[in-house]
Amino acid sequence: MTLLTMMALITVAIVVQRNLFAVVVFGSIYSFLMATALVALDAVDVAMTEASVGAGMSTVLLLGALHLTRGDEVKPLRRPLLPLFVSIVIGAALVYGTFGLPAFSDPQAAIHTHVAPRYLLDSLRETGVPNVVTSVLASYRGYDTLGETTVVFTAGAGVIALLRRRRSEKKK
Amino acid sequence: MMRDLVLRVLGKLLIPFVLLFALYVQFHGDFGPGGGFQAGVITAAAVIFYAIIFGLPAARRFAPDRIVESMIAAGVLIFGGVGVFGILMGGNYLDYFVLAHDTVHGQERGIFWVEVGVALTVSGVMTKVFYQFAERRRVVDEA
Repeated sequence: MTLLTMMALITVAIVVQRNLFAVVVFGSIYSFLMATALVALDAVDVAMTEASVGAGMSTVLLLGALHLTRGDEVKPLRRPLLPLFVSIVIGAALVYGTFGLPAFSDPQAAIHTHVAPRYLLDSLRETGVPNVVTSVLASYRGYDTLGETTVVFTAGAGVIALLRRRRSEKKK
Repeated sequence: MMRDLVLRVLGKLLIPFVLLFALYVQFHGDFGPGGGFQAGVITAAAVIFYAIIFGLPAARRFAPDRIVESMIAAGVLIFGGVGVFGILMGGNYLDYFVLAHDTVHGQERGIFWVEVGVALTVSGVMTKVFYQFAERRRVVDEA
């Protein structure tokens, strides 16, 4: 609860703050709080990813992007009332949707009765890997992970293609 | 920042351990938290840390562009290669249990190489994207 309150405060600070450097630092703090919350939920693998990617890599890349631009957010030309209305409506719809979800950590929820028991019970015997997260990620859901790796590859190739073209234009 | 003594000394002390930790996360991912993705990001973070403290040219001597770019492709190729190798050994695409004489050993082998592929691609992409951003500032400055 403390963590969630702090995350909400950080979010408000990000919205209010106009200095982009401070926004990036707040974003990094938010990621660290998120990682702590994930540790509290026993999702250590995800927490590790959140801490390294969310708090580490994206902060560095955002700071790098900040070097190329100006450090302050421009004031909006109009008051963003319609976007505010749309986000409040969508947020309310999402909150309404959560009432239909099964209770938190309910063992009878559909997600816990489909394939999860088989993974938890047979993973060690079938793959010899004690960490179920790794065995699901790399073996049972190998296609998904291949897709993810391809997405990362494509993203990297895209960045290289975009930023490198500019350099050759400069040479002309 | 280039002449900051504390950062330089601390960086030199810490970066080997960061790389070692990345290897630990990579190869201990079967038993504890971690795996290829996290190890790749930590490796890239070590290189970026080095680049921030000692400057981009120094980092490029340590991890040249050609190696970083080939890592990006090599990772996906290793991952896909494990799948194709499974077909050659008489299974379906990405079947691991045909990779060794007994099925559990085959699974372990398959998972190991898949994680290596993920780590290579992720660390390559992260390092390369950072290089591109950092280098771009220099190009803009010159113009």
